[in-house]
Amino acid sequence: MSDKLYKGLLFLAALAVPVVCGGIIYALVSDAYAAFEHFGFLKFLTSSEWSYTEGAEQYGALPFITGTLMTTALALLFCIPFSLPVALFVGEYFKGTKVASVLATVTDLLAGIPSIIYGLWGFYTLRPLIMALNISPQGSGVLTASLVLAIMIVPYAASLSAEFIKMVPNDLKEGAYSLGATRAEVIRRVVFPVAGSGIFSSYILAIGRALGETMTVTMLIGNTNNIPESITSTGNSMASIIANQFGEADGLRLSSLIAIGLVLFLITAIINLIGKVMIKRARIS
Amino acid sequence: MNKLKIRNRLIKDKALLWGVCLLAALTAVPLIAILGEVLLRGYDQLSWSFFTEPTPTAYKAMKAIEAGEPIPGGIANGIIGTMIMLGMAIVVAVPVGILCGAYLAENSKRRFAQVVSYLSDLLQGTPSVIIGIITYIWVVVPMKGYSAIAGSVALCIMMLPLIIRSTEETLKILPASLKEAGLALGGNSARVMLRVQLPAAFGGIFTGVLLAISRVIGETAPLMFTALGCSFIRWSIDKPISAVPLLIWEFFNDPNLQELIWGASLFLLLFVLSLNLLSKILFEFYR
Repeated sequence: MSDKLYKGLLFLAALAVPVVCGGIIYALVSDAYAAFEHFGFLKFLTSSEWSYTEGAEQYGALPFITGTLMTTALALLFCIPFSLPVALFVGEYFKGTKVASVLATVTDLLAGIPSIIYGLWGFYTLRPLIMALNISPQGSGVLTASLVLAIMIVPYAASLSAEFIKMVPNDLKEGAYSLGATRAEVIRRVVFPVAGSGIFSSYILAIGRALGETMTVTMLIGNTNNIPESITSTGNSMASIIANQFGEADGLRLSSLIAIGLVLFLITAIINLIGKVMIKRARIS
Repeated sequence: MNKLKIRNRLIKDKALLWGVCLLAALTAVPLIAILGEVLLRGYDQLSWSFFTEPTPTAYKAMKAIEAGEPIPGGIANGIIGTMIMLGMAIVVAVPVGILCGAYLAENSKRRFAQVVSYLSDLLQGTPSVIIGIITYIWVVVPMKGYSAIAGSVALCIMMLPLIIRSTEETLKILPASLKEAGLALGGNSARVMLRVQLPAAFGGIFTGVLLAISRVIGETAPLMFTALGCSFIRWSIDKPISAVPLLIWEFFNDPNLQELIWGASLFLLLFVLSLNLLSKILFEFYR
C-alpha cells in the first residue's frame, strides 16, 4: 500500500468522528426547531405544562429538567460517601495490594452491569424496601431512582479518583510523616489538596454519566409529568420522558421530545468538556 | 494534656482507616445483591429450550400461567437479534475505530487530531437515549421503518469512541524504537503500522473491542426506537428485530411474561460480566 493511500485512509477514518458529531447536532437542531419555533426557546425551557390534548398541545421541559437535576444531585450526594472511601482504599491505604485489585475489579464489574438490570433490581428489591420503610407510598420516585443511580456512578467516580490519589508524590507524604503527622492527617493535609482537582473532575464526569442515564430512571422515577414536589414524589427526567414517549409521539410532541434531547445533549456535552479539560490540567500539574 | 491530644489524633487516624474499610466493603454489597437476586430468581428458567425457542405470545403465556405450567418458549429471537446487530456494528466500528485511533496516535500534535480526540470523548459521553433519537432520525425515518440496520447503526456509534480510545492509547505506549526499527528496515509507514505496530498493540486493541462489546450489548434505550423488537426469530436486516435487553424491557412491561425476566437477565448479566472479566484478564496477560 502506498504511503499516500494509507495516510488518506487514516484521515478518512478520523473524519468519521466529526461527521457523526456534526450530524448529531444538525439532526437534533433541525428536528427540534419546530418545537422551539412554536413555543419559543425560553418559554419551552421554563414552561411546566406537558399535555397532548389535540388542538391545545402544550409542551414545556421544566419538569424534566428539574427531575434530571434532582436525581443527579441526589445521586452525587449518595455516591460520595462510598466512592471516596473506595478511592482511598485502592489509591492510598492498600495501594498495589491484592485486596485493592479485588475491590477495583468489584467496582469495574458494577460499572459493567447493564442499566436495565439495575432498574429491575431497583424495582423488585429497593422499591418494596422503600415502601416497607414508609418513606413513600408508591415506592418509586426521585429518591429511589437516585439511590440506584448513585450505585451506578460509584465506579466511575472511584476509579478515576483513585488514579489521582495514587499519583500524589511519595516525598510529599513522607515529608508530612517525618513531621509526625498521622495517616489521617496526611490524607487531609497532603493527599486531598494535591489530588483535589483531579478528584473533583472525576465527580464531574460521574455527573455527566448520571445526567443521561435512561433505563434505570425510567423504571424507578414513577413517570409523572410534573415537577417533583419533594424527593419522595414521582417525576420524570429528560432521558426518561424520551424513553417513555418517543415511540408513540409524532408531530409537535416528537419535536418537543427531540428538543429535550438536544438540551440534554448540550448539558452533558458541556459537563463532559469541563471534566475532560480539568482532568487534563490535573494530570499535567 | 499533650498525651490526650496525641491519643485523640491516633483515635481519629484509626477511625478513618476503619471507616474507609467499612464503606469500601459496602460497595461490594450491591454487586452481590444484584448477582444474587438475578441468580436465585433466574437459574431455574435456564434450559435448552430457553435458548432455542422464541418468546411466547402473551396469550400462550397466560394459558400456561392459568394451567399452572411454566411459561413455554425462551429468548432465541433476542439472542439472534443481538448477534446480528452486534455483528454488523462490529464489522464497521472495529476497522474504522482502529484506523481512527491510529490516526490520532500518529498525528497527536496536529490541531485536527486534538479536535477529533475531543469529539470522540464527546461521543462517548453522549447519553445512549440520544444515540437512539439520532439513529431514528438518520435511519428509521428515511427507511420508513424500524430495522436491524438501524439498531446496528446505534450500537456502532456507541462502540466507535471506545475502540478509538483503546487503539490510540495502546499505540501511544508502544516504544518509539519499535516504529523506528521498522522504518529503518525500509518499510513505509503503512507497512510498519500493519506489520509492526498493530500486531504489537493487538492485545490492547482486542481487550478494548471486548470491553466495547460488553458496554453496548446491554444497551436498551438506543434499540427501543431503532430495532423496536419482534416476537419471532428473524434473520432479515431490514425489518424490526429483537434483542436480549429489549426482551427484558418487554417482559418488564407485560404482566403475563414477567416470569421470563429473570432468566433473560441472568443470561445477559453473566454474558456481560464474563466479557468484562475476560477483557481484564487479557489486559493483564498482554501487559
